[in-house]
Amino acid sequence: MNLEEIKSQIEANVPGCSLQILLNGSPSGQHSLLVDKEHGLTVASYLRDGASPKFDYCSNVTGVDWPLKETSTKQKTKKIVDGVESEVEEVIKTATGNYLEVVYHLFSMDARQGPLVLRMRTEDRVDQVHLPSLTPVWRSAELQEREVYDLFGVVFDGHPDLRRLLMWDDFKDHPMRKDYVDPDDYEYEPTAHDEVLKRMQAHYAAQGAPSASEETR
Amino acid sequence: MSVLTEASVDTVSMPADDHLQGDLLEISMGPVHPSTHGVFRMNLLLDGERVVKLKPVFGYLHRNHEKIAEHETYLGSMPYTDRLDYICSITNNWAYALAVEKLAGIPVPERAEYLRVITGELTRLQNHAGLIGFLLQDMGASGTPLMYAFREREKILDLFEALTGARMMCNYMRFGGCRCDLPAGWMEQAKKVVDEFPRFLDEFESLLRTNEILMERTQGTGIVTREQAINAGLSGPMARASGVNYDLRKVDKYGIYDRFSFRVPLGEHGDVYDRFMMRLLEMRESLEILKQAMRDIPSGPHKDPNTKIRNFRPKAGEAYGRIEAPKGELGFYLISDGGPNPYRYRVRPPSLINLTLLEQMCIGHNVSDIVIILGSIDIVLGEVDR
Repeated sequence: MNLEEIKSQIEANVPGCSLQILLNGSPSGQHSLLVDKEHGLTVASYLRDGASPKFDYCSNVTGVDWPLKETSTKQKTKKIVDGVESEVEEVIKTATGNYLEVVYHLFSMDARQGPLVLRMRTEDRVDQVHLPSLTPVWRSAELQEREVYDLFGVVFDGHPDLRRLLMWDDFKDHPMRKDYVDPDDYEYEPTAHDEVLKRMQAHYAAQGAPSASEETR
Repeated sequence: MSVLTEASVDTVSMPADDHLQGDLLEISMGPVHPSTHGVFRMNLLLDGERVVKLKPVFGYLHRNHEKIAEHETYLGSMPYTDRLDYICSITNNWAYALAVEKLAGIPVPERAEYLRVITGELTRLQNHAGLIGFLLQDMGASGTPLMYAFREREKILDLFEALTGARMMCNYMRFGGCRCDLPAGWMEQAKKVVDEFPRFLDEFESLLRTNEILMERTQGTGIVTREQAINAGLSGPMARASGVNYDLRKVDKYGIYDRFSFRVPLGEHGDVYDRFMMRLLEMRESLEILKQAMRDIPSGPHKDPNTKIRNFRPKAGEAYGRIEAPKGELGFYLISDGGPNPYRYRVRPPSLINLTLLEQMCIGHNVSDIVIILGSIDIVLGEVDR
């Protein structure tokens, strides 16, 4: 299986999509294909039904968090200042990341080929976190996309049942994000101390009823 | 209008089988129900005994294994993988080791590959033996089959204890090999266990395979077609019971599986009975592999001498490694940024993904059938919830 071939196959059959091959530096040699989110669903259904080989088995779906990472490198360049050539250090700032990524590992059952690593990226990590759901194409993504939604906060448009999978429904944050800070106590519930006590006293005072401390006396 | 007059009016026009129609009943099954194999909950909507709707609820055993592993060194996660599918710790170790070996390009010596196959197939034997015991227990065959299966399983766990020091939390694999070599006399004992195993299988099969109650309850229950199985990403015995010819030992030929001759059993109907038979037949094939591996095992190092385990930092990149675990395709997806711990560590849990079609399998069946459908999927909650 050649990733270049598959890329040109998709490009010929899904008009308007933009694909990019991302190289992988490890000895595994599993390079991946970055698909724009507008054409994610059409590319996926083409890969399942039209491509050769047909990627009918979507094995693994997962998310990766890439927070904004600014790296600055110093580079020495020669510049002519006031007619004198001198070496000046320039700081070049590059920013990478600032998106959430969803990774699909596809295999072909009949041709016994794979993995074809498909990636999609959100625009940022705050509110532009929508990606098309590929569950209509591969049902195996159903629970795994729910997990990505739960732990990373990627919203999958078109998912039939997008709810939290592992954390409880009232939970607010997305624990697998790199900047997640876990609470001091997961099971903290406000009890009748401090602020809650004050609110309760104010409540009873307004009602003219005896305060709780009097009641229990 | 009184209840009686209303009924007498309605019975005339009602279809015959709707005469007991009442409100639908919503019940919560689990998370501490003995048949759910752990802390798994299902919200059921019942029409009498019949399931109308089923929503699985996950997360009771969630401890975010993946996040913990991101803060741990590569080797530091190895003992934790034991706790995923805690019935089959050795295959979990294997899948993780395989993914790291792909990521960092580590060779595995010959003897270590054989040790992996032997312990891995023993793991499959004890998992399948345990599973069919549980399944029959769920079906109401109380006690006896489970005890028979556990008697055999215990013999294999004794072997694991002699080899690794632990019955279940083995922590046996290392990147580029295995933690330790076989102790003296282990191979003889293992050969004895393997030779005696078919007797248990024969006995078990003759007792149960053609048992009328078992066939009545399992045949035609929880059917999954081949197309549905592929699309829903089912793997392992679950998929093969539906006729999907996809065994990673044959497809990927990871390790040294291309050296052994064994067959891949396939089901025709995709029902609970086929899944039950799949386990029985796979055990026979595992025994074949074990016999060949025990015969051919060479001497040599049990781990790659050039791999540095301490301060292990693979090059930046990523890898997805997968093996045919007893429950299905167990995969590990790792991203390295060149640091001492993985940037991203993902477990592809076969138990969770095999549950995708649970609702579809159960709709229209009785509550008691849910129990055996769930039992035939073979889930372990340590892996489902991670």
